[in-house]
Amino acid sequence: MIDQQDLQLLKTIQHGLPITSRPYAEIGKQIGLNETEVIERIALFMQTGLIKRLGVIVKHQRLGYTANAMVVFDIPDHRVSEVGESISKARFVNLCYQRPRQGKQWPYNLYCMIHGKSREKVCQQLQQLIKSRDLDPYDREILFSKQCFKQRGALYFTPSPSPLSVANG
Amino acid sequence: MLSQLQKKLLNDFQQDFPLSPAPYADIAKTLGVSEQEVLSALQELKQLDFISRIGPVFPPNSLGNSMLVAMSVPEEQLQTVAEIINQFQEVNHNYHRENRFNLWFVLIGNNQNHLHAVISEIESETGFPAMRLPMIANYFINLGFELDWND
Repeated sequence: MIDQQDLQLLKTIQHGLPITSRPYAEIGKQIGLNETEVIERIALFMQTGLIKRLGVIVKHQRLGYTANAMVVFDIPDHRVSEVGESISKARFVNLCYQRPRQGKQWPYNLYCMIHGKSREKVCQQLQQLIKSRDLDPYDREILFSKQCFKQRGALYFTPSPSPLSVANG
Repeated sequence: MLSQLQKKLLNDFQQDFPLSPAPYADIAKTLGVSEQEVLSALQELKQLDFISRIGPVFPPNSLGNSMLVAMSVPEEQLQTVAEIINQFQEVNHNYHRENRFNLWFVLIGNNQNHLHAVISEIESETGFPAMRLPMIANYFINLGFELDWND
């Protein structure tokens, strides 16, 4: 599916494009592709969904979005995908996943993330979400972050063994 | 303070970054400024750490596998335990959250077996059980982060 040069290209661009006049030519030079080849390969990654979006990746905390809450819900299994899809459409929701319940100690199966400029704003947005989606009957917890011990951009292409197998993982 | 140009660059180019030989010149044309102004504005945003990079976002779990893990750790041991966990290169982020489960971290690795092995190692090194929360379904369509400049 993806060849060694694709892999080289992905490894290089995951750290970001150079902020110079001809970024794709510059990337190409590092890995032995010409500018057009780099552009065509990236376009193909986007078409096939290997890359979800290409653009500016903002640091929302630095931009004042300092309140960050993970919200977990216990949604009946037959409704979880419908609710998940609906919640994802709210513009203040970032990330929305279904995960397995962990018995009585943690009965939640739907997770979403809300980033806001203040705690109050996040709570307001959550209330709005609950009201508009009729989620009030379901148990939930809101987990504000207190401290970040580590945060790095996801590096998928690390020098660890057999990176190609990752694509099928 | 951010300039109007910088705000526009932050807001409007989180997706559909031009795939053309001179993308910054194309952006400049759209915004009615010079290429040099766009390059300088973006370089400054990068230097000031308002953007981490201009680049690709990969969908979760299509490349690499991830696992969310939660632990319940007494507050006075939290810093030490977090530091042990952070040493593993698979750990992508690690947060202290307000809950009885107060430590939440995400691992990224080549496959689930590898991740489970790393988590077991973390459990034995820290002495705390880990709640493993793999992803079953992803409902989120990542279109970037909507920025509100009004408040």
